[in-house]
Amino acid sequence: MPAVQETVERVRSIDVDQYKYGFETNIESVKAPKGLDESTVRFISAKKNEPSWLLEWRLEAFKRWKTMTEPDWARVHYPKIDYQDLYYYSAPKNTPGPSSLDEVDPELLKTYEKLGIPLREQEILAGVRGSSRVAVDAVFDSVSVVTTFKDELKKAGVIFGSISEAVREHPELVRKYLGTVVPSSDNFFATLNSAVFSDGSFVYIPKGVRCPMELSTYFRINERNTGQFERTLIIAEEGAYVSYLEGCTAPQRDENQLHAAVVELVALDNAEIKYSTVQNWYPGDKQGKGGVYNFVTKRGDCRGRGSKISWTQVETGSAITWKYPSCILRGDNSQGEFYSIAISNGYQQVDSGTKMIHLGKNTTSRIVSKGIAAGHSNNTYRGLVSAHRKATGARNFTNCDSLLVGDKCGAHTTPYIEAKNSKSVFEHEATTSKISEDMLFYCRQRGLTQEEAVALVVNGFVKDVLQHLPMEFAVEAQKLIAISLEGSVG
Amino acid sequence: MLEIKNLHAEVADRKILQGLDLKVKAGEVHAIMGPNGSGKSTLSYVLAGKDGYTVTEGSVQYQGEDLLALQPEERAAKGVFLAFQYPIEIPGVTTMTFLRTAVNSVRKQRGEAELSTPDFLRFVREKAKDLNIDQEMLKRAVNVGFSGGEKKRNEILQMALLEPKLCVLDETDSGLDIDALKVVADGVNALRSPQRSMIVITHYQRLLDYIVPDVVHIMAKGRIVRTGGPDLAKELEERGYAGIETEIA
Amino acid sequence: MNEVQPIRTDAENAIISRFPDFAKKQSHWGGAEIARERTAAFEILKSKGLPSRRVEEWKYTDLRAMLRDMPSPAEAPSREAVEVAAREKSAIDLSDAFKFLFVNGKNFAMVKAEGFEIYSLANGDKLPKAVSDTLARERKHALNAAVALNTAFMTDATIIHVPAGKRLARPIHLAFRHEGKIAQSSFPRVLIVVEQGASVTIVETQDGPAGVAYFDNALVEIDAGDQAEVNHVRHNNAGGASITLSTLAVRTGHGTKFSSFAMATGGAISRHQMFFDLAGKNAELSVQGATLLRGKQHADNTMIADHMAGGCVGRQLFKTVLDDNSRGVFQGLIIVRPHSQKTDGKMMSSALLLGDDAEMDNKPELEIFADDVQCGHGATVGALDENLLFYLRARGIPRREAEILLIESFVGDAIQHIENERVREALMSCASAWLAERS
Repeated sequence: MPAVQETVERVRSIDVDQYKYGFETNIESVKAPKGLDESTVRFISAKKNEPSWLLEWRLEAFKRWKTMTEPDWARVHYPKIDYQDLYYYSAPKNTPGPSSLDEVDPELLKTYEKLGIPLREQEILAGVRGSSRVAVDAVFDSVSVVTTFKDELKKAGVIFGSISEAVREHPELVRKYLGTVVPSSDNFFATLNSAVFSDGSFVYIPKGVRCPMELSTYFRINERNTGQFERTLIIAEEGAYVSYLEGCTAPQRDENQLHAAVVELVALDNAEIKYSTVQNWYPGDKQGKGGVYNFVTKRGDCRGRGSKISWTQVETGSAITWKYPSCILRGDNSQGEFYSIAISNGYQQVDSGTKMIHLGKNTTSRIVSKGIAAGHSNNTYRGLVSAHRKATGARNFTNCDSLLVGDKCGAHTTPYIEAKNSKSVFEHEATTSKISEDMLFYCRQRGLTQEEAVALVVNGFVKDVLQHLPMEFAVEAQKLIAISLEGSVG
Repeated sequence: MLEIKNLHAEVADRKILQGLDLKVKAGEVHAIMGPNGSGKSTLSYVLAGKDGYTVTEGSVQYQGEDLLALQPEERAAKGVFLAFQYPIEIPGVTTMTFLRTAVNSVRKQRGEAELSTPDFLRFVREKAKDLNIDQEMLKRAVNVGFSGGEKKRNEILQMALLEPKLCVLDETDSGLDIDALKVVADGVNALRSPQRSMIVITHYQRLLDYIVPDVVHIMAKGRIVRTGGPDLAKELEERGYAGIETEIA
Repeated sequence: MNEVQPIRTDAENAIISRFPDFAKKQSHWGGAEIARERTAAFEILKSKGLPSRRVEEWKYTDLRAMLRDMPSPAEAPSREAVEVAAREKSAIDLSDAFKFLFVNGKNFAMVKAEGFEIYSLANGDKLPKAVSDTLARERKHALNAAVALNTAFMTDATIIHVPAGKRLARPIHLAFRHEGKIAQSSFPRVLIVVEQGASVTIVETQDGPAGVAYFDNALVEIDAGDQAEVNHVRHNNAGGASITLSTLAVRTGHGTKFSSFAMATGGAISRHQMFFDLAGKNAELSVQGATLLRGKQHADNTMIADHMAGGCVGRQLFKTVLDDNSRGVFQGLIIVRPHSQKTDGKMMSSALLLGDDAEMDNKPELEIFADDVQCGHGATVGALDENLLFYLRARGIPRREAEILLIESFVGDAIQHIENERVREALMSCASAWLAERS
């Protein structure tokens, strides 16, 4: 996708040596021992030269985590994860990757080709050995796309970088906000993340500043048997605005990879944060082998009056998606939005949705969710809309539609709607239907193949959500949808 | 161009076509008339290859090829175009996107280069102008909220863009007022050529005043029961289907 | 999960301590099969305890917290009490009905059955095949806490059998009535087998004294055969201090037409469970509800429509009106099993919040495993429309009357689905009476 492509291009223009906070030189050989205990947490913290308060915070989380049990309420099934059989800290490895494109799985290359990434980038993405690999990998794992624009952002007063960097350079900000939206005790996966998070992005937009450009981070899981635990923290001060994009992919692996990220957003008075995700982690093969377990906690806190947080997500990847980007509408007149497209094919399992917690007066929220289930997949929308006793004038409108492609899949809707005062108005509607045979036939009569027809109809179905994505993402998301649905009809 | 022999077809276990024969030469315009339930629309769906329309007997040769063996999109690529009686609405997909996808799919299948976006836009605008189609209409979702006339003009626009060899117009006149009918008929007439054949399916003679056929067939109970020139349509108009049917019986 | 068992509540202790004696007392009937079922149900309760809000199905009705103690199972009522009960009238009281009077859970039916038969499981009556076949079928909801509680403490099962093709012109009335000032628990149980092509209207009413904290837990099972037509209406008008659980478990056949209406105005805490198994193709299921609450009342409507066969049409419409601090709950689940193609299911829950501190919790779920379906649900929550109120007042209607008008039409929207005119009118006037009492 162009965002990715740009990322890669930008990275290539950066001299590796300029990457001054990089631990790439020694990190390549550094790996925490497999398994998780207190020493792992200390190891990670030490590697990152963290201040003691952060180490304490991590240890506290770890202590808590040991008492917690993995949640089982979602409609997802997977073999028990052995948390002692994972690496919690590792860097791009030294073992040789494929030395030329010929050694890379052609399926993977085909995907990149379809995504419109030119061959040179494909090599990088596929991890072919080459001079720029390390820098690119480092970028994928965490930070520095921004370096290119650092001056421009700095001029505006915007801080954008890795969270490790922020801990060093802006400890007061990190300390003030970290864990205030998703407490370290929030849930099993978030608590695990709090203990062992590796890196992630940090964004700070000062008062009254409209971030001059879209910020984007590109996540990628590279290592085998490695858990990926990013932590993202975005703060928009009074009257600030930022649009942030997140893209994700992972290489094909036979075994399942664990990804448990935490994203925290804080919007102060009249601030606005727009957070878009295109998630394309490896979904597993046609038989359902392999794929990423994506257990993510994303939450935004509309802390200030008149603040606004908007989540837009296109979820096409991962073997399992467990993800509920939420908004806490604390400030009076604050607004929350959730626009989602979740596509599942093969043996993918998606359990995703949102929570809109209305606490302030006259708060409004809007949910538009489009689920598409194909193949043998199961796709669940799970959402909560609640209005607190004092949240008078709360309003929510929810629309969640599901589309079934084929008769081996399942589409499910589980909304919780809780109104605790009489001055709130909630409206919810949901539909589930089959992809229309008449539409498919009409398209095929005009020369579209069955797959093209499905992609076209599905793109129409999700249009309401696509239009909330930044333009360059939207176009690529459309292509991604088509790719994701391949083989769904036969 | 097209040769249908002893065609039998069923829909949901109901026998609809029962031994239909039809031969259409290149450049000819054939009208098929018949009362409701005679199987006219079934014939058009069978030719286009809709699921659920099962051919139990007979054959359809199209340009020397077994048409029934082809997928709907392959038929489209080889030049079979069906103008739907009730064009389908596709929410969320703009007409422009739909047209471009269709044109390029067909071009790809025909081994032609895909049109670039500017070329395509030029191509569409030109054709749309001929059909008196507003640019605004192309920005709206396919057939969604279109009036009856707009839907039918959209069908003819697609016909013009896809450059078919065999056009099947299924009750294209239904739901049109006289002005819309003229526009549509003009569009169709503009596409008549010695290389292009047309099958115009209609219940009323009215359309045939504007699209004058070379041959007129009357269909009843799943078969062609009479064939003649344009006069046959006039005769039908005067005597009604009942009259013709009694005569046959 | 081998989780640590929390400390048992008084109610849980009461269940555990009372069961052995109770089971012994009941052992004279039903034989080994009933004893086995009874023990199995008890074991579930013993091991799991009463469901708390942590149990998903009971999320909004925390039975463990609400049922602090379980009153002792009711003794057979005195003759006098039965006579009193027989004189009292319910909101729906149809003079021509076959009336089954249940006093404190025990059946005192004096009806003369015409066109159908009545049996008692406790009496060891010989059952027709259709009934014994139904009884032999595995009970899908046996694990449900309310059902298990009924099974553990049942004292009989009244069986009504409507043979094939019988079309009963007169309705059957199951009048559940609590008598006396002592808080007791009752566990009435009724099985109605409506064979192929038969038709019947069933009315259930539930009444009891105000101020007595009794506990009622009724189970009504209806097996409606192929092409049978069953219209079921229920009115919960239980005493203001009571806790009532009720379960309607229905199985439909091929082309069955089943309608059910649940009205709730009574009880301190109530939960009505509706389990519909659409086991045959092309059945039509129509379910509505109207719940009107005030004070601190809590009422839960939980419905599962399980489309086990294709081509069935399901319609559900629930209306809830909440005044003061009352709390309404709607949990609805439409399941479409694989191969249940051509299912058409629509579910709607609307709530009007009149009191500032009223609460409505909605959980309308879809669980769909077949692709050729049309399913949907909707849920709305809100106060009375001020614009409408203003419009009516501008036409000279005082605010209070305008409100009554709007609320009546709101619940009337559901009530109007009731086929039986007299029942419909009885419930409509019941709603009007509720509104008239509104301060």
